[in-house]
Amino acid sequence: MDRILMLIQAAVTFGTVILYGSLGEILTEKSGHLNLGVPGIMYIGGISGLAGAYFYESAGEPIAFVSMLISLLAALAGSALAGLLYSFLTVTLRANQNVTGLTLTIFGAGVANFYGASLMKLAGGVGQISVSVTSSAYRATIPFLRNIPVLSTLLFRYGWLVYVAVVIAFVMHHFIYKTRTGLNLRAVGENPATADAVGIRVTRYKYLATCIGSAVCGLGGLFYVMDYTKGTWANDGTIERLGWLAVALVIFSIWRPRNAIWGAYLFGFLYWMYMYISGLSRGSQELFKMLPYVVTLMVLIFVSLRKKRETQAPSSLGLSYFREDR
Amino acid sequence: MTTPAVQLENISKRFGSVIANAHVTMDIRHGEILSLLGENGSGKTTLMNMLSGVYHPDEGTILINGEKASINAPKDAYQYGIGMVHQHFKLVDLFTAYENIVLGLPVKKGERKEQNEEKIRQICENYGFEIDLEKKVYDMTVSEKQTLEIMKVLYRGADILILDEPTAVLTPQETDRLFEVLRNMRADGKAIVIITHKLHEVLEISDRVAILRKGEFVGCIPTAEATPQILTERMVGKKVELQIERPLPQSPELRLRVRHLNVISEYGLPVLHDVSFDVYSGEILGIAGISGCGQKELLESIAGLQKTETGSEVTFFPAGNGTDTPLIGLSPRQIKKLGISLSFVPEDRLGMGLVGSMGMVDNMMLKNYDECSSFFTNRRTPRELAEKVMIDLDIVTPGVFTPVRRLSGGNVQKVLVGREIASAPSVLMTAYAVRGLDINTSYTIYHLLNEQKMKGVAVIYVGEDLDVLLALSDRILVLCEGQVNAVLDGRTATKEQVGLYMTHLERKDGNSHGA
Repeated sequence: MDRILMLIQAAVTFGTVILYGSLGEILTEKSGHLNLGVPGIMYIGGISGLAGAYFYESAGEPIAFVSMLISLLAALAGSALAGLLYSFLTVTLRANQNVTGLTLTIFGAGVANFYGASLMKLAGGVGQISVSVTSSAYRATIPFLRNIPVLSTLLFRYGWLVYVAVVIAFVMHHFIYKTRTGLNLRAVGENPATADAVGIRVTRYKYLATCIGSAVCGLGGLFYVMDYTKGTWANDGTIERLGWLAVALVIFSIWRPRNAIWGAYLFGFLYWMYMYISGLSRGSQELFKMLPYVVTLMVLIFVSLRKKRETQAPSSLGLSYFREDR
Repeated sequence: MTTPAVQLENISKRFGSVIANAHVTMDIRHGEILSLLGENGSGKTTLMNMLSGVYHPDEGTILINGEKASINAPKDAYQYGIGMVHQHFKLVDLFTAYENIVLGLPVKKGERKEQNEEKIRQICENYGFEIDLEKKVYDMTVSEKQTLEIMKVLYRGADILILDEPTAVLTPQETDRLFEVLRNMRADGKAIVIITHKLHEVLEISDRVAILRKGEFVGCIPTAEATPQILTERMVGKKVELQIERPLPQSPELRLRVRHLNVISEYGLPVLHDVSFDVYSGEILGIAGISGCGQKELLESIAGLQKTETGSEVTFFPAGNGTDTPLIGLSPRQIKKLGISLSFVPEDRLGMGLVGSMGMVDNMMLKNYDECSSFFTNRRTPRELAEKVMIDLDIVTPGVFTPVRRLSGGNVQKVLVGREIASAPSVLMTAYAVRGLDINTSYTIYHLLNEQKMKGVAVIYVGEDLDVLLALSDRILVLCEGQVNAVLDGRTATKEQVGLYMTHLERKDGNSHGA
């Protein structure tokens, strides 16, 4: 029983990192832009938050709430800026989206690891950096609910960003599918020429969807640094791996934010399952870690076989738009 | 006299060195249907796009209801009450009719869906359309999509309507219904501009005809005083022979036999069902049918591009004493080598058969580069061929190496058809060869097809314009829901007859007897 509870907890924490990445990417893709820079943006979000918290904490006498706020804003701003860079290249300059996205991933990882290493040096060496005050603010739980047996382990033992991710997913789902602005956004992603002809400002929608989407992705990086690794930094490339899982989750959830919630937890469950199955060799552990990707492949095959128009990617995903000119 | 709805004064528009419109001055009046006529590339669509906010004029002024207007975006056009229904529909396939109608409109406080739907119903009642608001666009027929487009424009309060080739893809019955709606709108005082290449429609529906030639306004004549001959001459600027010849087939021989052809689409639905017919040399077999009812699959099955079900038979009988050859199972290249050629002009005119970014020479080469024995490419032969096609078909291009994408639609099609004819086929299949072409160029293509027929080629012509099909074909095969509904004699069939066979399946397949 305890084992299962622990597995669920690990799955939810893990899932939250990729849930943020997916939610951001879903919003961006709904505007017709395939941003493969998700891992890079998560990196940038993570390092921005960490740097903000570190400099505030090392100035002395840190107040947990202020520190949390600073790192949150830093992460949002850093990742939104990365999104802005991507939008400028792909929307305004109409650069190839795949190439730009991949470049952004490499760029983001480079920037983050460079500053990560610099921060560690400032902090006094490898493994020395720790923003414990900030991290504990992110991981604080509600006192009353903490002690209910089983239920509390299942539902109330997480940092607040875990709940925010779920709220964002529901809000985003409602926005995309139930509001007129969401309808306009989907029109931009499906058929920008049509959207343009009815007076929707296509460029503005694309920029906003990409930048806000990137900010949400960045929260995934922040959550990873502050909650998942408890306020430390390691140049081990984990964020990148999770970033790609987030991109896979977008497809798994067939571009619906609500599906991404359980999809993320399922991915987390599958990913950590090997830890809770005794007697696995190193080799079979790696096979287990592969499961989320296998499931995504299966969903892709299933969705393609069903050929339902509603479950496909936005029609103009990956294509640049410019008003017809001779 | 009341103020015209729109007055264009001295409007000019250039694209680089190309002059699309030069000093156009004309007016559009309320309660009137105006036809805008002109050859391909004469600037009709450009002129109307300046009213709908897609382009901005370089020179000149636009007055709407007597007041100077500045239209910089489609949104501005709506504000002035101008709505344009484009040739290529601007609809989101995945959305319902209702979603498409309200798309992009600012949300009013306390707006309710029921009120909007009521407003839509009201418009439907006023003008006599029918619309299913919950239907997704991808499930709609072309005619339903067009109705939706018109509704979109009316819902936005347009009282100046511009329709760009609205009848190009409609059946005669659907066209009649559209015209009924347009007449209702005219009676309601709306100003309507209709761009069309079909002269009989111009004469049928409009009150006045405005003619453009090479970007310049030639004049406006009341429809009552117009005849096809007058209109064409003013449009082209010289005398034109408007007669499609139809010589009798010379000693026809069986060239192609199709039996029990069945094709199932990738979605698992039958596209062609038990199709059987014969094709003879020296004749033009016209194929009629509403769009997407199996024409493409039929031609592609013969050309070897389409997977057919077992039991389907397509047999080729070569001229002279050659042996009969079953085509099913052969590769497209082997079929082509037998002398069976296909030129298909899709909606976007590029994309099938031509590579837009390559010049005429390279496009000519695509068909026969494999016949060259050297490792290196040989451009001399295709270049000579390209030059010959250019001169023969009067193709307007800066040079044979200019990417074909930069040519106007008519010229692109001439390259496509010209290349197929140059390969001296014994069966020439062509689909939508005159799609979107003006009358003068269309006649050039009809003439080319007739020339091939006289040479003893078996021509299969899939067309959209029934008048042309009736004037050109020796026999007409009417497809309906993927089945051969009728084979009519082109010399005696009437348009109504063909239209009826296109929409109402007469023959049932063997299994449903007595059902």
